[in-house]
Amino acid sequence: MIALALVGHSDELLRALRVMVAQAAPTVPVTIAGGTGSGGLGTSSPGIQEALAAALRASDGDGVVVLFDLGSASLALEIALEELPDGDRARIAVSDGPLVEGAVRAAVEAAGGASLAQVCAVADAERATPKLPPDWPDRPGGRAVAR
Amino acid sequence: MTDALLVRWLVLAGARVAAARERLTDLDAAIGDGDHGINLDRGFRELLRRLETGHLASDPPAAVLEGAGRALIGTVGGASGALYGRGFGRAGAALLAAGGGDAAPLDERPREERAVIAFGAAVDAIAALGRATTGEKTMLDALVPARAAFEAAVGSGSALALAARRAAEAAEAGAEATIPLVATKGRASYLGERSIGHLDPGAVSSALLLRALADAAAEA
Repeated sequence: MIALALVGHSDELLRALRVMVAQAAPTVPVTIAGGTGSGGLGTSSPGIQEALAAALRASDGDGVVVLFDLGSASLALEIALEELPDGDRARIAVSDGPLVEGAVRAAVEAAGGASLAQVCAVADAERATPKLPPDWPDRPGGRAVAR
Repeated sequence: MTDALLVRWLVLAGARVAAARERLTDLDAAIGDGDHGINLDRGFRELLRRLETGHLASDPPAAVLEGAGRALIGTVGGASGALYGRGFGRAGAALLAAGGGDAAPLDERPREERAVIAFGAAVDAIAALGRATTGEKTMLDALVPARAAFEAAVGSGSALALAARRAAEAAEAGAEATIPLVATKGRASYLGERSIGHLDPGAVSSALLLRALADAAAEA
């Protein structure tokens, strides 16, 4: 089964997100790498590397979809990925989807036995999925996501 | 072969970062997430700890640079850790690469020439990882002109101390010149036009690191 690795600035945030994900898809392995490793807000490449490797093991080698948050997360993630063996890196897909919605959506897809590409694709697609219902009253500045 | 200046620079840079911790953090609080000084200080403390306790300080320059990069990547926590860490790491890797093949052994080439290779690799690596260029209110606004000044000084025959001084001056001017810029990278870009009127903390810390290099080289 595809596993998820969640990468972000806050350990607390990712712990809570993991609980949300488990509620929707309890069988899907989820690892997290949040914070600096010394309790602060930030990202840490060595910690990310460990979370990626652990997720890959938990997936029995099937593959890992990574969701991440803002700023330095992508930089630290990029460095962590470069440190992994080529064979491992080929089985890790980084999603450009939103962290919360993407993680929950991806986990449900993974629980259904989807492939690495399929799980990553549904997480990516959450970027363009409107969250407001179509009959929501007009907002200042209009609708953020076109329907 | 160890390089006493390299280690002296890193130690002095650590002290300067510690002294500037509050200032860098305040600059970052104005347009970012307010942790630049705290983060960088944590990273340099770890680097200094490794220089003091292990064999790192007696390693060849390429290994010292790569070790510095690993220390910063592992402990800084912000984008600056990834960027500076990658810069130091690639500077070390470039020295190793330049020492191979048909080229003259690295140890036999002038120190200035090795420094140009390392400095250039660092700036290129930071630009590549950050997908950034000058004019975006980042550390590159200090580093790119500093690299140009450093290379020009070495090219015209200056010794390392003078070239480093020119680099520091160019970096400080570059950092000052970030004040009117609109940030388009990093957390400061969320502010858009409101980032105008502030120094970029990354450019300031880059200038600080290069001033430490100039001062360390001047003592030699």
